[in-house]
Amino acid sequence: MADLSVDFCGIKSPNPFWLASAPPTNTGDQIMRAFDAGWGGAVWKTLGQPIVNVSSRYSSVDYAGRRMMGLNNIELITDRPLDVNLREISEVKKRYPKHALIVSLMVESNQQAWHDIVRRAEDAGADGLELNFGCPHGMSERGMGSAVGQVPDYTCQIVKWVKEVARTPVIVKLTPNVTDVTFPARAAEQGGADAISLINTINSVTGIDLDSMTPRPSVHGASAHGGYCGPAVKPIALAMVASVAQSVKVPISGIGGIASWQDAAEFILLGASTVQVCTAVMHHGFRIVLDMIDGLSAYLDSKGLRSVSELVGRSVPTYQRWEQLDLNYRVIADVKQDKCIGCGVCYAACYDGAHQAIAVKPDQRGRSVVEILEHKCVGCNLCSLVCPVDDCITMKRVDHFGDERLPWTEYSKNPSAHPHVRSNRHDQ
Amino acid sequence: MMAESFQQKALARELRPALSKDEALAEANRCLFCHDAPCMRACPTHIDVPLFIRQIATNNPGGAARTILQANILGASCARVCPTEVLCEGACVLTDQHRPIQIGPLQRHATDHAMAVKQPILTAGPKQPGSVGIIGAGPAGLACAAELLRLGYESVIYEAAERPGGLNASGVAQYKMTPEVAQAEVDWLVSAGVNIRCGVSVGKDVSVSELESRHDALFIGVGMGAIPGIQIAGEELPGVWDGLDLIAALKQGDREVFELLRGARVAVIGGGNTAIDVVTQASRAGAAKVWLIYRRGREQMSAYAHEVELAREHGVELVLHAVPHRVVGPSRGLSPRTSRVAGLEFGRKLPDGGERLETLPADLVVRATGQKGARLLAELPVRSEGGKVVADEAGRTSNPRYFAGGDCVSGGQEVVNAVAEGQRAARTIAGEVLSKLGGAQ
Repeated sequence: MADLSVDFCGIKSPNPFWLASAPPTNTGDQIMRAFDAGWGGAVWKTLGQPIVNVSSRYSSVDYAGRRMMGLNNIELITDRPLDVNLREISEVKKRYPKHALIVSLMVESNQQAWHDIVRRAEDAGADGLELNFGCPHGMSERGMGSAVGQVPDYTCQIVKWVKEVARTPVIVKLTPNVTDVTFPARAAEQGGADAISLINTINSVTGIDLDSMTPRPSVHGASAHGGYCGPAVKPIALAMVASVAQSVKVPISGIGGIASWQDAAEFILLGASTVQVCTAVMHHGFRIVLDMIDGLSAYLDSKGLRSVSELVGRSVPTYQRWEQLDLNYRVIADVKQDKCIGCGVCYAACYDGAHQAIAVKPDQRGRSVVEILEHKCVGCNLCSLVCPVDDCITMKRVDHFGDERLPWTEYSKNPSAHPHVRSNRHDQ
Repeated sequence: MMAESFQQKALARELRPALSKDEALAEANRCLFCHDAPCMRACPTHIDVPLFIRQIATNNPGGAARTILQANILGASCARVCPTEVLCEGACVLTDQHRPIQIGPLQRHATDHAMAVKQPILTAGPKQPGSVGIIGAGPAGLACAAELLRLGYESVIYEAAERPGGLNASGVAQYKMTPEVAQAEVDWLVSAGVNIRCGVSVGKDVSVSELESRHDALFIGVGMGAIPGIQIAGEELPGVWDGLDLIAALKQGDREVFELLRGARVAVIGGGNTAIDVVTQASRAGAAKVWLIYRRGREQMSAYAHEVELAREHGVELVLHAVPHRVVGPSRGLSPRTSRVAGLEFGRKLPDGGERLETLPADLVVRATGQKGARLLAELPVRSEGGKVVADEAGRTSNPRYFAGGDCVSGGQEVVNAVAEGQRAARTIAGEVLSKLGGAQ
């Protein structure tokens, strides 16, 4: 069995699965139960100045009969007294010395306030600190959370203040609500951050109640934008993690819609050394980690890898700019007629939504018999994506123009002189 | 109103109960929204099944009902009584993958919703000159009247029985649909403006020539007649039943008939879907033993395979290659309706071509072979053959003022076929007769 233990910028953890700073890490009791269930680490729900929360805090997006494809919250940082949290942190750390216990922090942008909260968290026993520069609602209006994360200079400055006193590793949690997340990521690194975690939640309105015509979640007839998370945000998070992995040297803790070992493996392949989970636990409870541990371990074994660290970042080199992609590569759709159930969904998708490269006629039972028009197929994949039968439509490689790659950069430099240009399908 | 007996409850216990909202959503979300969907092709009324299922999935059951009713005005009945196994669901592409979408129950979900919120079943078109007399308030006649109303034409349905609905109300196995549901659907149609006169027997209460003078065209939707005798000795004895009469009596909650069936041994003669309805109903009503006697093999039975299977699940014994010879008397009982016979003698065909005489200890014998033609046909000025009105696909008969559809043309098919034929005939009548009357358009 592969070794799942990780060393994340000096923080030791039995596995890469951490609970993100959120409602599941609100209390010591929850975190201890999570550790018992198998979680390797937890980021304590953000400590800071006292706040009050509204009632009615979450709303969600259901999709095709499944609940909570995306979750949105307008909850703020912890609303429990600081000394209660600190006492419980000490207790948890004493009882679970081998688990990673990170404490999330957020205070006003004042050097002394940061020095003070850092010392108190570390004195309580934190293995590391996570600076919450991501929370997009409520706190940001008071100059904290994403208000800091959206300004690289502020990010850099506060990290410097924290590093002046911190004795444990400092992780900076970034907001996705920026144009280019690599700017605040580099600013955090420049300020001395030991690691980056991302993404925090995305600005969102999950929907409108069509009867009352007010956005969800309704707080006495009104709502505010919230922070979006859950399976729906995973692709956005993956792209941001990969971009940051290519921009900084410090380790990354990946966050955003992770619910399974596959999700975790994908984040790790794109550069994350640990992953943090929230929504899936808010939906299904702590027990999901059992499959995450078993699945990731089996996957590493199947790939002949002995530890998580061997997996980290393996896909990063294959995440490239569009202009680097090979224009000489060509695939077309291939329908396995013996698997086809005749629904015609691929036909409708291709004919109305793509490149009109599928022909259809009904058979005796009224089912659609489809045929790929190879000369019209551009290899877009859409039919293979909509097909409801596994491996019925696959993309097969055809007619490639030699082994030499032809990226756009070379293609555009000198079209008439390049030996491959004439054989490229774009010219035909 | 007396409390429903255990027997009545057993009779009406649904094989496919209503879906809860969550069940309907989950099922609707399984639908692939096929291109040129096979289910839609398989439906005689061509309901846009993928669209109405999508409307259920998007929490628009009212829209789903509109889609259904637009194509099939008796969508609520058909959702319950259609043999979906051989129609829409039988065509579903997911059958090959795992299991078909439950189209019937989803259709019921939508139409039940529409009925519950009293959504209009149809919108009458702008009024046009012209009037149609419709003979028979069964599915074909109701569908014809509804379609005419949509097109803006007036019609009057003349129904000999005290209640409208035809076989849809009296002849459908109770576990598929109760008469109350059929009646509610008719009430829904009446609320939209469909005009029905019950208890009016054409040829008796009103003459054919009177109808001709009242209306610009006539639609014949009289269905079929009684189940004919099978020419065996003793079939006139009390205790020998017409299967449709037995089903109707049970559906009306006739206590004498429930009492008669309880613990009885029942021999049902026939091999079609009506015979299956009789055996399953008898079994549910408390019969101790039910035989289905058919003269040929199972492959030759006209009943759907899933219906035959259903009969087996009800504990019915199939007696195949069996030719009934004689109902054994004497009948015993206080009245004809409560009498029992002494048995049924039949010949079992042997592989060598011979026959072995056997006797079933049956208390009741039920004829459930095909129906004969309606008596009224003799009085109508249209050509008929073998007890069926001769009519083309569009509902035209040999007489240009007469149109026809439903069982009286087909000899006995599903409700959904009758609906399709009634609707088609209405469009033919409108296009070929009424539109030439010099109306506004």
